[in-house]
Amino acid sequence: MKDFGFTLSPSSAVSLDKVDSRLWHKLLETSPDAAVCISCGSCSASCPAARWSGMSIRKVLLALQRGQSVAPMLSCCMLCGKCTMVCPRGINTRKLILALCRICEKP
Amino acid sequence: MKEKVLIIGGGIAGMEAARQLQALGCSPLLVEKEHGLGGHVARWHKLFPDMLSAESLVTELEAGLSGVTVYRHTEVKSINRLKDSYSVKLSNGENLVVRAVLLATGFRLFEAAKKEEYGYGVYDHVVTNADLEAWMNGFPDERMPEAPRAVGFVHCVGSRDIKAGNSQCSKVCCMTAVKQAIEMRERYPQAEVYCFYMDLRLFGKKYEDFYIGAQRDFGIHFIRGRVSEVGETIDGRVQVKAEDTLLGKPVKVILDLLVLMSGMVCNPSASALAPQLRLEIDSDGFLRSRDNVAGILESGRPGIFYAGACTGTKTVPETLAEARAAALRIYQYLQA
Ligand SMILES: Cc1cc2nc3c(=O)[nH]c(=O)nc-3n(C[C@H](O)[C@H](O)[C@H](O)COP(=O)(O)OP(=O)(O)OC[C@H]3O[C@@H](n4cnc5c(N)ncnc54)[C@H](O)[C@@H]3O)c2cc1C
Ligand code: SF4
Ligand code: SF4
Ligand code: SF4
Repeated sequence: MKDFGFTLSPSSAVSLDKVDSRLWHKLLETSPDAAVCISCGSCSASCPAARWSGMSIRKVLLALQRGQSVAPMLSCCMLCGKCTMVCPRGINTRKLILALCRICEKP
Repeated sequence: MKEKVLIIGGGIAGMEAARQLQALGCSPLLVEKEHGLGGHVARWHKLFPDMLSAESLVTELEAGLSGVTVYRHTEVKSINRLKDSYSVKLSNGENLVVRAVLLATGFRLFEAAKKEEYGYGVYDHVVTNADLEAWMNGFPDERMPEAPRAVGFVHCVGSRDIKAGNSQCSKVCCMTAVKQAIEMRERYPQAEVYCFYMDLRLFGKKYEDFYIGAQRDFGIHFIRGRVSEVGETIDGRVQVKAEDTLLGKPVKVILDLLVLMSGMVCNPSASALAPQLRLEIDSDGFLRSRDNVAGILESGRPGIFYAGACTGTKTVPETLAEARAAALRIYQYLQA
């Protein structure tokens, strides 16, 4: 290709109508409560893995709904369950991660 | 002799106050500039949080008005203070002398076309919250798509917007958006529904339950970000751009219908009456109460009282409660 001295980077915009939400809907089948997350961030703030790994349930749930990848974050969870204690919507976040891991293993 | 009380505005505030004043032995005179009573509520379909039929509420309030003098299609031309009463000239030529005046002039919906970037009146499939209520009431609207695949709601249209001249939150539109989003999902289960919000302000009884239901039972997508731009695609659909501020990325979506949640602003005809009665206007453009804690119904002028959305955004139960309280307050004023 001819070198014009610059490159074009693809748009970072997410097209909501083209999102691949199969993983999200698969999760909802067994964990319908995932839908009531309000992105408050209590889970991430209480997570002992967050500060060195970037693990965040809040981000995982949002990423799933916007078709972004979550696997790298999931592998950092220690399943300690602290996040479940603080969720104001009563989401069993620990169970939810387990369910997700199972789905990701055999899609 | 029964004491006469003029009520300006035949919305739910004016109607309920008239019914109560009548029951207290006064003689209320209700003046409404339109033909029909019920104000804005008469245009709505179902009322949150119980999905009560708006029509049945208005019918019930109207039934309570037997014996009340109602002037329809009538406005107040002029009003002057006498010693301990007011002399009123109506647009139908009648002159009245009343002991007290209740302003129940309500609000006006923000004109969505003023926010040009949202394309109201420009693109084919952009409507307001009020248009959607009218359509649900059976009024045909050619802007409504046949079988929509995607519907979007824009919160805070003309509210919380200093540039639009309204810094205040209109308070009811978040809940109205959640309600209408659910109603659209019920009608069109195959459609994806998106709400673009800045903050979700769901303050009232059961409102949060509606929100949880919208998320869990109806799969409505809540996107935190203000719509920045609306355009039309070649096939006449609506394209919306925003930033998903939680994701930290721009998002776009193509919709078959975009609903603008127009806010509540003060009714200009209340602002026009204000100078004649030497009433003050508050910083938000609504009528200024004596204070906003214990004196919301009081104008600060003798014999002049307020009820309902003329002093700020109110829900239906708040408006009705104020109307009842105002009737009692006027009764006490007349006894004194
Ligand atoms: C889209 C939308 C949906 C809503 N849905 C709900 C809901 O589901 N549940 C809920 O609790 N609340 C809801 N609300 C809020 C509700 O509409 C208000 O609480 C209610 O309308 C306030 O009643 P009001 O009588 O004070 O004012 P209005 O309804 O504005 O009535 C005022 C009346 O006074 C008349 N008038 C004004 N000036 C004059 C004058 N100078 N002379 C004679 N007559 C005059 C007007 O013509 C009108 O009839 C909604 C609001 C919006 C914008
Ligand atoms: S269970 Fe996982 S995500 Fe939750 S606090 Fe523990 S490490 Fe963090
Ligand atoms: S604590 Fe619960 S509601 Fe808050 S972000 Fe985490 S999962 Fe969502
Ligand atoms: S109630 Fe919601 S939509 Fe309406 S102005 Fe307030 S924040 Fe905006």
